[in-house]
Amino acid sequence: MLRVRVWRGGAEGSFQDFEVPRHPSQTVLDVVTYIQRHLDPTLAYRYACRVGMCGSCAMMVNGVPRWTCRTHIDKVGEKLEIGPLRNLPVIRDLVTDMREFFDKWARAKGEFRGARTKSDDFARVQPQSPARTQADAGIECIGCGVCYAACDVVAWNPQYLGPAALNRAWTLVKDERDKAGIERLRAVAGDAGCHACHSHVSCTERCPKHLSPTAAIAGLKREVSKAVLRGEL
Amino acid sequence: MSYRTQSLLWLLQRASAAVLAVCVAVHLFTIVYAVQGGLSAAEILARTRGSAGWLAFYSLFVAAATVHAPIGLRAVLGEWLGWRGRSRDLCLVVFAALLAWLGMRAVLGVFL
Repeated sequence: MLRVRVWRGGAEGSFQDFEVPRHPSQTVLDVVTYIQRHLDPTLAYRYACRVGMCGSCAMMVNGVPRWTCRTHIDKVGEKLEIGPLRNLPVIRDLVTDMREFFDKWARAKGEFRGARTKSDDFARVQPQSPARTQADAGIECIGCGVCYAACDVVAWNPQYLGPAALNRAWTLVKDERDKAGIERLRAVAGDAGCHACHSHVSCTERCPKHLSPTAAIAGLKREVSKAVLRGEL
Repeated sequence: MSYRTQSLLWLLQRASAAVLAVCVAVHLFTIVYAVQGGLSAAEILARTRGSAGWLAFYSLFVAAATVHAPIGLRAVLGEWLGWRGRSRDLCLVVFAALLAWLGMRAVLGVFL
C-alpha cells in the first residue's frame, strides 16, 4: 500500500491521508484517479489525454510541479504529497483557476498578427534561418502551467507575466510573418515583463517539453534593449 | 513609470554591474598589494592625495554603485515587501543621492 497525502479544500484547506494499492508502472494520475473512483468521489481534479499531450493534469507532486500522467510513483520516492499547482488560485482540491495564467498570454500579446490576407500567396519562411530556428525552439509549449508554478518571481510579483506567456511572445517576435513588432516588445518590457526575470531557470528545469523559457526571456531582454537604445520603445 | 524607463533602468543596472566588476577587482587587488609592506594611513594618503588617476577611478566606482544599488534594491523592495509605486521610487532617489554624497565625501577625503 502507498500512503498518499492529497490537498483538500480551496486556498484554505489541509492535506488528507489516503492508502492506495501499489502497482507496477503506476503514475501519480493513476493514484489520484484511484482515490476519486474508490475512496472519495468528491475529490476534484483535472485530466484529459493521460499521455502527456494536453497538459491539463499538472499538479504539485512532493512540492514540484509535474504532469501527473507522466510521473511514475517510482520516480518520486516513498512519500507522496499531491497538491494543486502553485501560483494559481485554488478552486477546489487539485483544481486551479487558470484564467490569470491565460490572461497574461493575452497581455503579452501572445496572438499572431499577420499582414497577409487569404488572397495573398503563402509566406515562404526558410526553416533553417536563425530567426525561425529560435522561434521553433519554443513553439511546442502546450500551456500546462508547470513553468508558471515553478517560477519564484511569479510568487513574489503577481503582476509578472510569467515564463509561458513570455516564451509565447518570443516565438512571435522571431516569426518573420508577424507584424506586432514594437507593440509586443512594449507589452513584454518592464517590471511585469521580461525584465523581472532573475534567470533562476526553474521554468526550464521543470518544463516537461524541455523548452527553455529562460532563453526566450533573455532573447526578449536583448530585443527590448535594442529597441530602447534605438529610441523606438 | 513608463516601460521605456523601466527597460532603461534594467540596462543601466547591467552596464553599472560591468563597471563594478572591474572596479571591485582593481580595488581588491590594490588592497592586497598595498598591505604587503604594512598598512598605515600615511601610506594610503601618499598614494591617493593629489592623484587625478585615483580620483577618477574611485569617482567612477561611486557613480557605478550609485546607479547599481538603488535599482537592485527597487526589485528587492517590490518582491520581498510588496512596496511598489511612486513612494518607493522617490525613496530610492534619496538613497541614490545619499550613496553619491557619502561615496564622493570619502573619495575627496583621501584626495584633498
